[in-house]
Amino acid sequence: MDALSKLLTERQWILADGATGTNLFAMGLEAGEAPELWNVDQPAKVRALYNGSINAGSDIFLTNSFGGTASRLKLHNAQDRVHELNRVAAEIGREAADASGRSVIVAGSVGPTGDIMEPVGGLSHTSAVEMFEEQASGLMAGGADVLWLETISAPEEFRAAAEAFANVGAPWLGSMSFDTAGRTMMGVTSVDMVSMIKEIPNQPIAFGANCGVGASDLLRTILGFVKEKSNLPIIAKGNAGIPKYHDGHIHYDGTPELMGQYAVMARNSGAKIIGGCCGTMPEHLVSMREALENTAITSASTLAEVEAAMGGFSSADDGTSGVAPPKRERRRRK
Amino acid sequence: MSDEEDDLILSELNDEELVLQMFDDLYDGMAEEIAESVDILLERKWLPYDILTKALVEGMRIVGIDFRDGILFVPEVLLAAGAMKRGMKILKPLLIESGAPQLGKMVIGTVKGDIHDIGKNLVAMMMEGAGFEVVDLGINNPVEDYLAAIKEEKADILGMSALLTTTMPYMKVVIDTMIAEGIRDDYIVLVGGAPLNEEFGKAIGADAYCRDAAVAVETAKDYMARKHNQL
Repeated sequence: MDALSKLLTERQWILADGATGTNLFAMGLEAGEAPELWNVDQPAKVRALYNGSINAGSDIFLTNSFGGTASRLKLHNAQDRVHELNRVAAEIGREAADASGRSVIVAGSVGPTGDIMEPVGGLSHTSAVEMFEEQASGLMAGGADVLWLETISAPEEFRAAAEAFANVGAPWLGSMSFDTAGRTMMGVTSVDMVSMIKEIPNQPIAFGANCGVGASDLLRTILGFVKEKSNLPIIAKGNAGIPKYHDGHIHYDGTPELMGQYAVMARNSGAKIIGGCCGTMPEHLVSMREALENTAITSASTLAEVEAAMGGFSSADDGTSGVAPPKRERRRRK
Repeated sequence: MSDEEDDLILSELNDEELVLQMFDDLYDGMAEEIAESVDILLERKWLPYDILTKALVEGMRIVGIDFRDGILFVPEVLLAAGAMKRGMKILKPLLIESGAPQLGKMVIGTVKGDIHDIGKNLVAMMMEGAGFEVVDLGINNPVEDYLAAIKEEKADILGMSALLTTTMPYMKVVIDTMIAEGIRDDYIVLVGGAPLNEEFGKAIGADAYCRDAAVAVETAKDYMARKHNQL
């Protein structure tokens, strides 16, 4: 059994990590620079990123390889370094996890290719699988326990990555970003995602949501997953609030206290792997861990409770309420 | 409405029905049918500009409304934009030849320091789909590149995108430079990207913040109409 599945059988919940980008920028990553290049150029800082999560109590953390597919690295003319950059991302993670003295899972982060897949866009299924496979094999060679497909919008891309992970025999989990009126950019609802997951031959260890809009929207998505029953553990990895602009500075408005509350609500609502995304710093994780440890599990939050505690939703409906928007009448063809 | 009418013959429809059919075909992303309908209207001596505005742009406006309202999503909209572009391919040389007014030209790019491009690409595709001419500068654009491009291309609109809280302030650098050069008011400046909001757009001096690609198209049309009215 893989290390994550084992941990999930032993625990009622596990804490994931926070933001990668926000933390790396805080350490001096220049905007426009590829974070993945730091795996080789600034390994100490990448190690510090991982340690930040581990020391804050994370049980699983993502490697610095989100943009590690050839199509993303191409933007930095580093498309020939896919295996190397991913392998090193995982190697640094492996060392950090092994030095922690407890069971910490290294999850090889796999983000979207950035290309739109056929038939709407130009990326073919075969090329997508190839790119994901190349990244996956680098991450596994570097010692990742599992692969974590994250921030995906398109079901086609999700399936292509799942197929690639099967090809390299990697255990995996996957999350999508529900950032458009409660759906992914490509229109996938929380309920749609569960149906899609059920049909993937290479079943993930867990599935869920990451990034998106704010904590309220993310919790609504979790409640949507639960509606459409599945036996797999659910991931909740939401942003630390919503970015706000004040006098030339931008910060996420989610305080550590709020993120603690979010973590508890996510668990009550059915999530088992709980973490943060953009804007989530180690202090947020500490607060989340504390809240999870010191609060009893109660019944799932209602949408009204989520709204009262976390703020309003970005849209009135997330496509799962059963009230389908009226379809436009057509003259011919359905 | 029924399946039996699937073999409907476009050339047998009168003008009004054909235009309504084009709205449907755009909505369904049927590129072949759109090309055929454009040819039929040209044979019927419609002006290219009328085909563009009354059939294609109007049809895409309907698509935009349903995208805004969460009835259609990106995949459907891109198929519709693809169909629109097929029609435009036929019309473009004729429009240039006839000296018909252009809808407008946009220079678009992700700001310096930012390597995200999906949202920006969607806006570019939808703007083209709506009949605008788009010059895409790609990612990571310093202020000089934006300014050179808007001048060289004689653009009407500058579109800037940022997906990072660390890069969105750069939009202000670009706008401030335009002000310093005295050219700010020569262009419509639209900004967008996940971490932005209306308040931010106002604070940095953009004309408008556009929440998504559909809003970008509507806003661009709105500002272009105002610009024409001023002339």
